[in-house]
Amino acid sequence: MALTKRIIPCIDVDLDEDGNPAVYTGVNFEDLKYTGDPVEMAKAYNESGADEFVFLDITASAEGRETMLDVVRDVADEVFIPLTVGGGIRSTDDIKETLRAGADKVSITTGALERPELVNEGASAFGSQCIVISVDARRRFDEEGEHYVEIDGESCWFECTKKGGREGTGIDVLEWAAEAESRGAGELFVNSIDKDGTKDGYDLPLTEAVCDVVDTPVIASSGCGGPEDMYDVFTEAGADAGLAASIFHFDEYSIAETKEYLDERGVPVRL
Amino acid sequence: MSTVPSEPTQSLASVVVVDYGLGNLRSVTRGLERAGADVEITDDPAAFEAADGVVLPGVGAFREGVENADPLREDLLAVAESDTPLFGICLGMQMLLTTSEEGENDGESAVRGLDLIPGTNVRFDDGQKVPHMGWNQLEVEREHPLVEGIDGEHAYFVHSYYAVPDDGDAVVATTDYEREFPSIVANEEGNVFGTQFHPEKSGETGLRILRNFVEICADE
Repeated sequence: MALTKRIIPCIDVDLDEDGNPAVYTGVNFEDLKYTGDPVEMAKAYNESGADEFVFLDITASAEGRETMLDVVRDVADEVFIPLTVGGGIRSTDDIKETLRAGADKVSITTGALERPELVNEGASAFGSQCIVISVDARRRFDEEGEHYVEIDGESCWFECTKKGGREGTGIDVLEWAAEAESRGAGELFVNSIDKDGTKDGYDLPLTEAVCDVVDTPVIASSGCGGPEDMYDVFTEAGADAGLAASIFHFDEYSIAETKEYLDERGVPVRL
Repeated sequence: MSTVPSEPTQSLASVVVVDYGLGNLRSVTRGLERAGADVEITDDPAAFEAADGVVLPGVGAFREGVENADPLREDLLAVAESDTPLFGICLGMQMLLTTSEEGENDGESAVRGLDLIPGTNVRFDDGQKVPHMGWNQLEVEREHPLVEGIDGEHAYFVHSYYAVPDDGDAVVATTDYEREFPSIVANEEGNVFGTQFHPEKSGETGLRILRNFVEICADE
């Protein structure tokens, strides 16, 4: 009996040709395939035992933002588990609007990197429990980092990126994670540009390093190819929650199956 | 996982959700409606008196919560006095107690809660990750209509402090987070109670608890 590890499906919300919310899933941001209606997906995942949802607005447009808030309202009215919403959040007004729509937490990436005070402002206005700081980390094997880990015999540091990895910042992920926590972040959401869409497992050295520098819960993301990857990120890297998208969207594994696998191996999960 | 019960067509009880300027009230409102209540979100004390039950929601810090709710203090005490069910959720539950270490940590004098369930709220201090965030199990310690049909299920928690009632009999359920702590508390009369977790975010288990609450209200 203990706090369980959380299994979180991630739903990237885009607009279809008619401007309706739609979920597309791709590999390395390419080959996007239509996978469903976000509200219907949320209901199905809830039935399958999802512990929480992450919704990301990937449209980065004003229309997308409005549509996203509608999706959040619809999901919050139907599904009684925690919802985290991210994408394009840059001000306390954005946070307020998103929470009002029914989100329990907001996930902030670029908005916090560009103006770190946003973390303090959000935490003091709405409480740390609803401020999730998300990092899109990229491995770098050069001399410019602050904190190094060894990966396959090479010295590596992790850089915070923007725009889905297309733009570097020079900021060390471990420095930023500790700073975000001290500014009031209640949770850290760790994505890996190197692992995104690969399905060959989470970035374990990255996740472990972040878990070592913060006390707040860590959600591992990017690279999950199946239940065994979840097992590794919980037992080897110490993550509190594992996030996955495509393995659930394409029904390769159900959430229920993933939880059974973990339960059989002694990982505490909510069945 | 079973299917979420569809919304009852007829309201079983009228419930007020106290609006004292904190947090998202949408989920708790929708959860109560799903459980069969007719819900009004208000800070009008006259509505508290007329309702079959009152919910004190809450997220955030103890001091801020108590200070925001302070203008309603006498009215909330009157609800408890009149035997109307008063249900505190998360911070709302902590506010039913007398005081909190959270108030003291700010370097100012402790702020007083409603003192309906005498006791204090203390911070996790056994090396756990704080906040305690996620799904954890409820172990029912004694009977109370709020936990009808519940034992061993998981509920969703987000908190850094936990309630320690002076009277051990106030503990209805406990949860284990590297230490056992009270996750549901109730007063001796049984009409004032609270959950440290968020029933409105605890899936089927949470809806069952909200349904139990609405039935308690309907019986009044």
